[in-house]
Amino acid sequence: MEPTLSNGSTAPVGGLKNSNLAQAWLVLLLALCFGGALAAVQVNLSSVIASNKLNETLKKVPELVWGAQTGDMKVSADPSVVISPGTLTVPKTGKTSVYSLYRVSRDDRLVGWVVKAGGQGYAGKIELLLGLDPDAQKILGLFVLEQKETPGLGNKITVADWRNQFIGKKSQPPLQVVKGKGGGAGVQTIDAVTGATISSRAVTGIVNRTIGDVQGKLTPEFIHILERQP
Amino acid sequence: MANLPTTTERFIQGILPENPVYRQLLGLCPTLAVTNGLQPALTMAAAVGLVLLSANIIVSLIRNLLKPHLRIVVFTLTIATFVTIVDRLLAAYMYPMSKTLGPYIPLIIVNCIIICRCEVCASKQSVVTAAADAVGQALGFGLALCSIAAIRELLGAGMLAGIPVMPSAWPAWVIMVLPPGAFLTFGLLMALVNWVGAARSNNAGKGD
Repeated sequence: MEPTLSNGSTAPVGGLKNSNLAQAWLVLLLALCFGGALAAVQVNLSSVIASNKLNETLKKVPELVWGAQTGDMKVSADPSVVISPGTLTVPKTGKTSVYSLYRVSRDDRLVGWVVKAGGQGYAGKIELLLGLDPDAQKILGLFVLEQKETPGLGNKITVADWRNQFIGKKSQPPLQVVKGKGGGAGVQTIDAVTGATISSRAVTGIVNRTIGDVQGKLTPEFIHILERQP
Repeated sequence: MANLPTTTERFIQGILPENPVYRQLLGLCPTLAVTNGLQPALTMAAAVGLVLLSANIIVSLIRNLLKPHLRIVVFTLTIATFVTIVDRLLAAYMYPMSKTLGPYIPLIIVNCIIICRCEVCASKQSVVTAAADAVGQALGFGLALCSIAAIRELLGAGMLAGIPVMPSAWPAWVIMVLPPGAFLTFGLLMALVNWVGAARSNNAGKGD
């Protein structure tokens, strides 16, 4: 079967036939051409892809501070709203944690913070955006950026109805996950998603830990705001 | 060996008689993994189709230069290039879908359908035949993916392509959008395709 492949070609006879280069020139040439094509694609698209990633986060930021209704319509068109990305470095015993965060202000007055937080879920990493008021005393909003939880069960953590439970909750004492119906009347409790207690606990745990980390640290001493022109 | 199928035969064969999924059982990883909705299934089919077409054309163009023992290297190199281009295009212009499909787009590199078509058809036949073969196989793959995805999404979420179509009282069968639903649907559909095929070849008087 194999010899029929090169039927059409009449390979040069003689010493050249055995040289490695004669064997491999096509592979090398193709590798060069394809490498060039990929470089061109990368040069043209890398900025678009990077801005896609940034926009996904930026688009959500107003909603996390003002709530879903007002966040979308009014704020995005309002030039007095400034969202500045930055990083927050939290020194801890043994190591430091670095959070990405966004400072949201309107008319030069601080309205709140959006912190990117991550942790282990049931089936992979969960990445959240957490909206906090200026002193990190109250939760203003929660959004799930990335999750790989079980479809149909754990991935309900992305549904607005469930996430909205967090809105208005205080930072202290830490939030508790409550299983089953009727138990969720408490002030600092979160109803677990039915059949996905682990996912619910994971999200709540990330929220509690993040608040614990950032509280009292939202000062210029720990925050580095990146310069960015709107 | 002497009589390779003609251009038209190649095109027709890919759609049903030699359907890559139901008859050749190739490319099953994406078939099972991304068929929990019509939209990801269609995107995957389009991505595979694009890579298949490009790889078949390139391989067919250089078929007379191929060295038998280096041909797999050349196939893989060609396929990997086009998969990377498709992956970047998706990330740039269909970002949410690119996130949904996750690792399954880069995994097209090891999709056996494409390397199989390069070997069976493109490395032996003209560009036109290779292109027709690619389109036929891509349509067959898309048909298989969409048939599985439509059933899974309808029963598992009560929707088609993200649009609710079932009455709101429909209790979504969550298992259908989970991995077991993929195996169930695929197994039943393949049994159906084989049953219909067997019945037809019996009528014709000769099995294949």
